[in-house]
Amino acid sequence: MGGFVSRGFRRRRRTTTDQATRLPPGQYVEPGFPVLSAGPTPRVDLKDWRFKVEGLVKTPREWTWEEIHDLRGSSFEGDIHCVTRWSKLGTSFAGVSVDTLLDAAEPRPEATHVVAFCYGGYTTNLPLDDVRGGKAWVVWDHEGAPLPPEHGGPARLLVPHLYFWKSAKWVAGLRLLDHDAPGFWESLGYHNHGDPWREERYWGD
Amino acid sequence: MGRLSWRLANVVEVRPETDRVVTLALEVPDWDGHLPGQHVDVRLTAEDGYRAERAYSIASSPDGGRIELAVERLEDGEVSPYLAGELRPGDQLELRGPVGGYFVWEPGRGGPLLLVAGGSGVAPLMAMVRYRAATGREVPARLLYSSRTVEDVIFRGELERLADAGDGLTVTHALTRAQPPGWAGYARRIDAVMLEEVGWRPGERPLIYVCGPTRLVEAVAGDLVALGHDPVRVKTERFGPTGVP
Repeated sequence: MGGFVSRGFRRRRRTTTDQATRLPPGQYVEPGFPVLSAGPTPRVDLKDWRFKVEGLVKTPREWTWEEIHDLRGSSFEGDIHCVTRWSKLGTSFAGVSVDTLLDAAEPRPEATHVVAFCYGGYTTNLPLDDVRGGKAWVVWDHEGAPLPPEHGGPARLLVPHLYFWKSAKWVAGLRLLDHDAPGFWESLGYHNHGDPWREERYWGD
Repeated sequence: MGRLSWRLANVVEVRPETDRVVTLALEVPDWDGHLPGQHVDVRLTAEDGYRAERAYSIASSPDGGRIELAVERLEDGEVSPYLAGELRPGDQLELRGPVGGYFVWEPGRGGPLLLVAGGSGVAPLMAMVRYRAATGREVPARLLYSSRTVEDVIFRGELERLADAGDGLTVTHALTRAQPPGWAGYARRIDAVMLEEVGWRPGERPLIYVCGPTRLVEAVAGDLVALGHDPVRVKTERFGPTGVP
């Protein structure tokens, strides 16, 4: 629909050149950290918290809160992008690399996809290659403080190169599959992959 | 479902609801209809090609090729001051949708319904209330709606009329900042006591929809679960500068 101009509309937000190059199409800079979720925030007692890697792995693994903290830590500093159009630039998270968790469980060669499953029932699906190679984390700190429950605490998945609904809150584990299996939002009209730079927001995008 | 393509809607009416909120009535050519609770993406394009996109809940009941959006003007916003200040009948607006398949209700999904709104978060719930009035009256529904003052209550007159129809809808207001003389309703933020007084008992297994600012949604959803409602039957949505879902 090229050529349409909204009569009387002018830019009101100023973005620096640096911000502009970091913003995927259709996004705007949000200084805060908005909360989005489809239902009540689950409350998870750290004593009962577990993180599992299961499915097509040689050794299914399970970590308690203490055990996962004993793994080699890893942090992320960079930008995150929500499908509702806000992007938060230059933020940070700390936890453990998904590579560390997968290495411990040893994915079987036929594994091609993962489903992240969560306390509260949320799920999201990802190609295995999108969570390997330093691209994904399980995080429990945000900008130096424990991740608040409304932002996914105790721990959430962090996959910053995809829209943020893929960074599942209250994550409880990863299930490795030899096929794709659409998760919660992916079954409700949102894009199966969710690359913000290709503006993969909805089915068919 | 195919690709959601951008289309040009015609602005047919701009109706003030409160000092800060307007209803935009839009004719959308080839609109396939929507479910109450769904939203649309709106895209504005400036002369220099600059674009801004936001999501807005549809406030109207499914009704042919016409939809209505309730837009609250946020002074530091970029899109809402245009939609709720500049746009007038005869203008065109680029949009695509409907979007969203979770925070939706239609009579076939049953009830009873508990709808909890804060401020302009009432918009998607209004679509449900209107659709229920048009089609699904046998489903009992209760709307608990928090506003700052009585002047900030969006759809006040229409909600009164719908509740007065005596067809199983009750509307309860909570006014948090100021109350008119003789106000007999709630004069505080929505809390667990209020939810227990107004809402259904957990055993009645209501379907619950909560929409508003994050603080309200977090508190209400937490209270509902603590009261014994099944978390799976509590659906939440946030509104505001950060949009939906």
